[in-house]
Amino acid sequence: MSAFLALVRRDLSLAFRVGGGPFLGLAFFLTVTALLPLGVGARLNLLGEAAAGFLWVSAALAALLSLDRLFQADAEDGSLEQLALGDLPLEAAVLAKCLAHWLTTGLPLALAAPVLALMLNMPAGGYGALVLSLLVGSPVFSLAGAIGAALTAGLRRGGLLLSLLVLPLFVPVVIFGAGTVTAAINGAEGDAAFLLLAASSLFALVLAPLAGAAALRIHLS
Amino acid sequence: MLRYANPKRFLDLSAALLPWLWLAAAGLTLPGLYQAIFLVPPDYQQGDTVRIMYVHVPSAWMASFIYGFMFVASVVGLVWKHPLADAAAKEAAPIGAMFTAVCLITGALWGKPMWGTYWIWDARLTSMLVLLFLYLGYLGVWAAIEDRAKAARAAAVLCVVGVVNIPIIRFSVEWWDTLHQGPSVVRFEGGKLAPSIDPSMLWPLLIVGLGCTLLFFALLFVRMRTEIRRRRIRALLAAQAGG
Repeated sequence: MSAFLALVRRDLSLAFRVGGGPFLGLAFFLTVTALLPLGVGARLNLLGEAAAGFLWVSAALAALLSLDRLFQADAEDGSLEQLALGDLPLEAAVLAKCLAHWLTTGLPLALAAPVLALMLNMPAGGYGALVLSLLVGSPVFSLAGAIGAALTAGLRRGGLLLSLLVLPLFVPVVIFGAGTVTAAINGAEGDAAFLLLAASSLFALVLAPLAGAAALRIHLS
Repeated sequence: MLRYANPKRFLDLSAALLPWLWLAAAGLTLPGLYQAIFLVPPDYQQGDTVRIMYVHVPSAWMASFIYGFMFVASVVGLVWKHPLADAAAKEAAPIGAMFTAVCLITGALWGKPMWGTYWIWDARLTSMLVLLFLYLGYLGVWAAIEDRAKAARAAAVLCVVGVVNIPIIRFSVEWWDTLHQGPSVVRFEGGKLAPSIDPSMLWPLLIVGLGCTLLFFALLFVRMRTEIRRRRIRALLAAQAGG
């Protein structure tokens, strides 16, 4: 457990010292949110309708942008081999790295989402659902993304391939996540979408570390 | 099955099988398509555009069937580390991607006169598109990793992950579709394949479907034979360079 926490702490401090940590992610969300009205026009009702889906899509994009560094840096400087040789099972190491990744990308967005939603004129009634659904659902971006990141670790130009690999894995999460918020806005029973989102999240929590570790072992062998 | 997994034995066996496979594939597909294009009566609503179905539906079957085939080959490759299984999965992927693309393109061509649009975000269309992404990602992994053995295992892991995900994607997309779709959009009902279809239209469809399956195996065997020889040449060149 202490090794697990040490790995999380290491990745967090790396994120803070090298990449600006969660603030870089927030800056990304702010810029894409500013681009949306510039692209589709500043009609408030149009923006309001698109807000929930757009914020979920930008959460997926933010994960895509940062995922290719998830194992890449460790594969390059050899610390991945050290992790594989250590006492901590590789599955737990993958989970720790996912946790650190989520803390620096998914969590900040979930907390900042109400402000961005306000800028996009999202109808009242969806704010609680937005934060809750992002808190529950965005870990899948880190977890499922880790499978793709592990498969492309050690490749010189893995970034583009990575987005192709993980896009199909992101499809259900975006659907259920945006569905939760839309249902809440429409005053419909949002339970089904939210429960499915939570189920996807738990499913990914169990399976992604296994698949990610299996993929990493290929590159280490 | 592993008895036939020896590359030499596979080369002998496939050489003997291939002419018959080609013959059977052509013998089923061509008359089936002839029937579909010239003999099958036009649909009372869709008119002559119904003939697109005879290419479209078998392509859709093949797109799913080939991914399933790749899954089996990938699992065999992962468990027994057998190079022939890896080659089978690798060489099946481009054929599967082709059938998926044919399915999407013929569907779009049919959709324009029937639905008035080339593309709608219908559940079936969307899951087919995602399947195409899965194929492309699989091909991308093979292309990106230089070491063949590593590429085989990475692609196999991806294929297995994809198969685990296909039902979830399928389900989520259908759920999303019912949530968002207005009543005005024409639906691609599964009823098209239901027994309600007239036998005169059903038989050519089944014949073309079977013909496409044989065509797949014929193409697969040719590709696998090429791959085995490519490996041999590479090994010979490496030995030459080394010695």
